[in-house]
Amino acid sequence: MNIATDGLAVDRVHVWRGDRHVLQGVSAQIGRGQLLHVSGPNGTGKTTLLRVVSGLLRPEQGSVTWQGQSIVSHRTDYQAALAYAAHEPALKADLTALENLRFSVGMKRRSPPHELREALERTGVAACADLPARVLSAGQRRRVSLARVLAMQASVWLLDEPYANLDAAGSELVSGLLQAHVAAGGLALVVAHRELALACNVRRLELNS
Amino acid sequence: MTVSGWQAFWLLVHREMRLSFRRPEQLLQPLVFFLIVTTLFPLGLSLQLSLLRDIAPGVLWVAALLSALLSLDFLFKSDADDGTLEQLALSGHGLTLIVAAKTLAHWLVTGLALVLVSPIVGTALGIPVGAFATMLLSLALGTLTLSWLGAIGAGLTIGLRRGNVLLSLIVLPLATPLLIFGAAATERAVSGTSAVGALYFLAALCVFTCTLAPFAAAAALRITLE
Repeated sequence: MNIATDGLAVDRVHVWRGDRHVLQGVSAQIGRGQLLHVSGPNGTGKTTLLRVVSGLLRPEQGSVTWQGQSIVSHRTDYQAALAYAAHEPALKADLTALENLRFSVGMKRRSPPHELREALERTGVAACADLPARVLSAGQRRRVSLARVLAMQASVWLLDEPYANLDAAGSELVSGLLQAHVAAGGLALVVAHRELALACNVRRLELNS
Repeated sequence: MTVSGWQAFWLLVHREMRLSFRRPEQLLQPLVFFLIVTTLFPLGLSLQLSLLRDIAPGVLWVAALLSALLSLDFLFKSDADDGTLEQLALSGHGLTLIVAAKTLAHWLVTGLALVLVSPIVGTALGIPVGAFATMLLSLALGTLTLSWLGAIGAGLTIGLRRGNVLLSLIVLPLATPLLIFGAAATERAVSGTSAVGALYFLAALCVFTCTLAPFAAAAALRITLE
């Protein structure tokens, strides 16, 4: 399998934040059926790297390519294949969990309500579907944001600390979802402090200051 | 199945409307401000009806612009704060579409609402019923233009902590032509002369901002997102 034409490639990316040289020539490759685990101490640019790979942040130098094409020039195709979960769950407090999914997944693909409910069920928050996100706990909100990633049915997952705020059962759930996604030929970039005990093809990228 | 641009646009307008109606206090704030300011003027000046009629168009327009400005701060800020703006930016539809949908929805719940309550204010300020059509049309064009101008300002200032002060400084100078021609149109309608010239000018400004402001605001948002 040729990663350069089939997967995601990060090529010598440099990012400055003011005077700070946050990412200093980071390169990485993720093919289909692979997971890249990005780790490292606080402030070494893990989230910055994730934002660069998502296309939200343009690097000063270097490039990110998806299926051999730049994610800047082929933005629409790339974004259609992308599910991004930032550190904040990105839910509107005044909308219910189901409405949150409907309005954010609905921008990407047509998804009937039963599909969205199924996604919520898989992440264990089906009972919260009709509650406003305001009243949900931090862990429940994290599960709803994972349900959104599932419902987008994207092949590229970019997850920032998906294990945050989750209990033991929740952590197992995330590991299970990641394994299933990778086994189905998807690819994932996961930023996490903890060790990932996953039965799938995991590569590691350690960022240092 | 992919989602076309139009579907995404209306879905986003729908989302914005639903969010606004879940927060009625945010919805009512500009309207209440508009009503209070326009009520205070006659009380403070204790004018005769004929004099009141002379200053009415100016009072009405200043109050409408300021109250529309009050609500502009919320345009992108809440989405930027909770991270949903990033999700929208990665939805596969350009930021221009997102800005356009959000601004249109914003105008529907603030600008259009101001237009709809303006006859009450107009009556209180002694504007004759015959001038209402011109007043409504000029306010509709003016507030829509202001929403577009405000989208640029709001896009530039979401990253800042005291952004609303800067937002006023950016938007109010740009809104001066609206005030001049909007008040002129209403004044002419009150005095019974033709207001067509001023209305045309307002319409031209509205078309100009509708076509160009979404791109400018999207560029501003892109900078703040980085």
